[in-house]
Amino acid sequence: MLLTVVIFLPLLAAAVLLAVPGIPGRAAIGVWIAASAVDLALVGWMWWRFEPGEGASGVVDGLAYEADVQWIPTVDAGYHVGVDGLSLPLLALTGVLFLACAIYSLREPDRPHTYAALFLFLQTACLGTFASLDLILFFVFFDLSIVGMYFVIAGWGHGNARRSALKFFLYTFIGSLALLVGFIGLFLGSEERTFDMVALAANPPLADSPVAGGLVLLAIGLGLAVKTPLFPFHTWLPDAHTDAPAAGSAVLAGILLKLGTYGFVRIAMPILPDAWQRWAMVAVVVGVISVLWGAFVALAQTDVKRMIAYTSVNHMGYVLLGLGAAGLVASADEEARTVATVGAMYQMVSHGLLTGALFLLSGVLWSRGHSYAFDRWGGLARPAPVFAACLAVAAFGSLGLPGFSGFIAEFQVFTGALQAAPVGTVIAVVGILITAGLFLLALQRLLTGDTVVPSETEPDETCGGPVPGRTDGGAATATLPRKASRMADLRGHEMASIIPLLALVLILGLFPRLLLDVLEPAAMAAVELVSR
Amino acid sequence: MSAVLGALVLLPALSGAALLVAGRGADRVAGPLAVAVTAAGVVVAALVAGTRPLLSVPFLGIVEGGDLRLVVDGLSAVLVVLVAGIALLVTVFAVADLPADAARGRFFGYLLLFVAAMLATVTAATLPTLLLAWEVMGATSYALIGYHWDEPGKLAAGTRAFVTTRAGDLGLYVAAGAALAATGSLVLADLDTADGGWADVAAAGVLVAALGKSAQLPFSAWLSAAMQGPSPVSALLHSATMVAAGGYLLIRMQPLLASTGWAATAAAWAGALTALVLGAVAVAQSDLKQLLAASTAAQIGFVVLAAGVGATAGGTAQLVAHAAVKAGLFVAAGAWLTALGTKNLADLRGAARRYPGIGAAATVAALALAGVPPLSLWATKDEVLAGVDRTALHIVGLAAAAVSAVYAGRILAVVLARPAGDEAFDEEEPGTRRVPALTTVVAGVLAVFAAGLGVLALPAMAEELKAVLDVEGEPSPGPGELLLSGALALVALGLTVAVVRTRPAVMEQLSRGPLASWAGLGRLLSPRPAMAVGRALAVVDDQLIDRAVMGVALGARRLAGMASRADDSVLDGAVSGVAAATRRTAAGSARIDTGVVDGAVRATARAFRRAGTAARRPQTGLLHQYYAQAVVGLGFLLVLLLVVR
Repeated sequence: MLLTVVIFLPLLAAAVLLAVPGIPGRAAIGVWIAASAVDLALVGWMWWRFEPGEGASGVVDGLAYEADVQWIPTVDAGYHVGVDGLSLPLLALTGVLFLACAIYSLREPDRPHTYAALFLFLQTACLGTFASLDLILFFVFFDLSIVGMYFVIAGWGHGNARRSALKFFLYTFIGSLALLVGFIGLFLGSEERTFDMVALAANPPLADSPVAGGLVLLAIGLGLAVKTPLFPFHTWLPDAHTDAPAAGSAVLAGILLKLGTYGFVRIAMPILPDAWQRWAMVAVVVGVISVLWGAFVALAQTDVKRMIAYTSVNHMGYVLLGLGAAGLVASADEEARTVATVGAMYQMVSHGLLTGALFLLSGVLWSRGHSYAFDRWGGLARPAPVFAACLAVAAFGSLGLPGFSGFIAEFQVFTGALQAAPVGTVIAVVGILITAGLFLLALQRLLTGDTVVPSETEPDETCGGPVPGRTDGGAATATLPRKASRMADLRGHEMASIIPLLALVLILGLFPRLLLDVLEPAAMAAVELVSR
Repeated sequence: MSAVLGALVLLPALSGAALLVAGRGADRVAGPLAVAVTAAGVVVAALVAGTRPLLSVPFLGIVEGGDLRLVVDGLSAVLVVLVAGIALLVTVFAVADLPADAARGRFFGYLLLFVAAMLATVTAATLPTLLLAWEVMGATSYALIGYHWDEPGKLAAGTRAFVTTRAGDLGLYVAAGAALAATGSLVLADLDTADGGWADVAAAGVLVAALGKSAQLPFSAWLSAAMQGPSPVSALLHSATMVAAGGYLLIRMQPLLASTGWAATAAAWAGALTALVLGAVAVAQSDLKQLLAASTAAQIGFVVLAAGVGATAGGTAQLVAHAAVKAGLFVAAGAWLTALGTKNLADLRGAARRYPGIGAAATVAALALAGVPPLSLWATKDEVLAGVDRTALHIVGLAAAAVSAVYAGRILAVVLARPAGDEAFDEEEPGTRRVPALTTVVAGVLAVFAAGLGVLALPAMAEELKAVLDVEGEPSPGPGELLLSGALALVALGLTVAVVRTRPAVMEQLSRGPLASWAGLGRLLSPRPAMAVGRALAVVDDQLIDRAVMGVALGARRLAGMASRADDSVLDGAVSGVAAATRRTAAGSARIDTGVVDGAVRATARAFRRAGTAARRPQTGLLHQYYAQAVVGLGFLLVLLLVVR
């Protein structure tokens, strides 16, 4: 019951916001903040009361706060939700990040009612996906999140927002159709004809038909790979991010991408252990390519937000590397594979916090100068020292410096995966060098040198790097004085949303037991299940 | 006692963090606080060196050695005292040397964090601990080198230092994985027993990490860029910390290197060649700090050589003695830079005579650097070379020792000369024309150690050191070897001074040669190839992958448009056909003809109009696409059903 309240409380708040039109704008955001805060407090309570259990526990046993209600009896699909060590950290991440976005949006001037309602709706969709223990329920929430994000980007984005939103929608929606095909395959392949994840994981379907198992995994893998996103299905990501509002980007990269990686651990690995073992090397290879591709392409970006977007591809690549290594049963012992899985899970939480903070910080740039282009900004450490400090912390966290959460994740992914996939891991390690270079370069460009701030009077025309064939416009703007030396530092609500995220990154980097105590038993369970 | 060990690291770490959070508000208290903390650090270091405690804090799980574990053994005891001592002296120097209006809170905050990281590095007993401390040290060095971030190029130098050392750090990540694969644990000491292929991987990783951190070949050039940092930073980073960490790690992992065979040999050669090549680079420098930087890499080269040949005691003694010598010289260079506003060798002519106190200290340290008996580096270098069996390696080592006398001689010949009066001051910054007494005291203390640590080579003291390090039985140099190297140093020194005095043109020529620009080593670290790859991949990403996806989407839309057109015309045609047939029976043939033609025209027009609308409005296109998707999805399902059944 508690879990159901947690999932649907934001939706209820959204309904209230839409049903009572008389609420003033600021109060609407206030309702949003209050609802998110209460929801986070409830998740905190759930965490407090959660017993991770001794040894391996999770996925098929040790589920807490379970609720199971019949829904479509003919295909045995139900409202089955529950929490274990895999989902609890992501539920908490969702609570934290949505609250941060709510606080960040405190001064949102554009249709605040609908904006708040949309985000609350999104929060329910995300929480529901993480809590689902039924494939159909998972799919419904998964798709609702896409719908919600489409409207956020299309309605509150900038630049070419509608086009980017449509691209995002079509791409991820088609991906979700592949996912549905895979789910139906699981249903048809299961002995008891069910969509229930726990039952499917306890008694994996298609165990003796490798071709069918492989095809079903392919369908599920494709669907999740689009969402994660993995190379080569990632090209919707930079466009969607560049044109999305800051809070939308933070949720998109921080939470929605995790729906993809979470699907791998929750569905693909325990329900299709045979197929996952057989095709684990593909996951490793795709992960390694994503790591390098994301890092190198990010290095070449001329736009802050696109750069951050590509580092997401890089960071999600580590997750796949870890999860793929977990499936290489023959070439590594169980301890090492568990370490890799823990690292991959940790990376989901860590990346959510870090990229959320980075996107909110890039939103600060947009709000001050309506540009993300590197060459329009410079020397910001002088007028905006707090912004500079936050950006530096987020950048060092994101490049995986020890002391921040990213290190705990990446260290374990590399350490655990090396035995299973030595060549792939050694190649992937180079990724942290390139991310180091690109983030330090970004800091150098934005924070040092002469102070340059795009002047307010300039037309809002830049998005997505240099556009070929726009030389006339470029020359025209070049003759305008484009220097200004004032930029307002972080305001109260911006600090109140960004600094807690960074503080969490630091806390999880220095005291990882807080999260590992919950994660490790579940990761052990997942690795045991995939080794069957 | 483990609480004391915790305090050793946490005291500077927490006070450093507090200073950073407080920001400029803490500028006034930062200096005194940092001195107090580092002074307390010396006491704590002496305590832990005596009691040898162990501390373990839960960190990562699943495998043995995932905890944060600090252990003080013989080697760590020596290093802890050394690091704490140098940290105190450099902090005092920084308090005297930094301008009054400097952002001291930030400076001492990062400095204390850096010291904490170095102390954790030399006591780390598990790989997560080591890597944590190791990389935090790199990051704080970035902040310290780029301390004057608002001056052009300073932060870029920090970036170069961090990225280069991190390139080496990748080796430690790999080594950690190899350790887990080989031994099932992440405890550092367990690696000594590793064998097989994973041991090779681990050794390679450790070697690369150490060479990167210690600025050995081929990673040396970051050290040149790091000279952009304030003088106290140079004095700390390039004496007992940072560059010393690589040498320390190799000494610590010596059993692993030896067990693989090739790794020990590789380390020995890397060290010896760095000592020689970077020594030559140092000779060609015309900037005092650059000269000292190159000589640092060269001197640490002897430590790396020692680790390679298993001369643990010699390597440790060299590390300790070099720390005192180099810290002293950097303090002197910093003092002159602050007073005279230049670090250009030519303009420092007679600097030692202008400020006799610091001049005397610098002279002693430079003589020690040259390897003049009975000062410290003379003895420790021989201690290292005594462990070298192979003749070729030994000759390279001796040559490198002679080269160090040459670059030390270059410094001495210049700063001790009588000022000519045409020196250009205030080139870098406006000089204060005074050396604070505190700075002279610090340099004096360091000079005493630079001279006195030679006792480490006295047979009684050497045996004592070996007992502390638990490596009894390592060879010591005989009197003949000591005499030979001492004579070599004196001759090289004398010749250098003579050449610099009588033939300044030779030096001019050297400083225009390739050695002066660090033998092109900087090009090895150029980010350009990576940027080029990045740009190329970005083009592929935009032009190929994204285009392909958009192409597929466009194709789907066209397909849908065609389907709709066919739909309209066929359906419409059929309808009009039926209508026509009905009408044919009812009316004349002339009217039927017009009806058919008219219907067809109308149908085509409608189809075109629809296609146009579809092309204009994405929403309409979307609808069509859903149909197409549904068809594709159903087809998938069909195939799936066939396969499953």
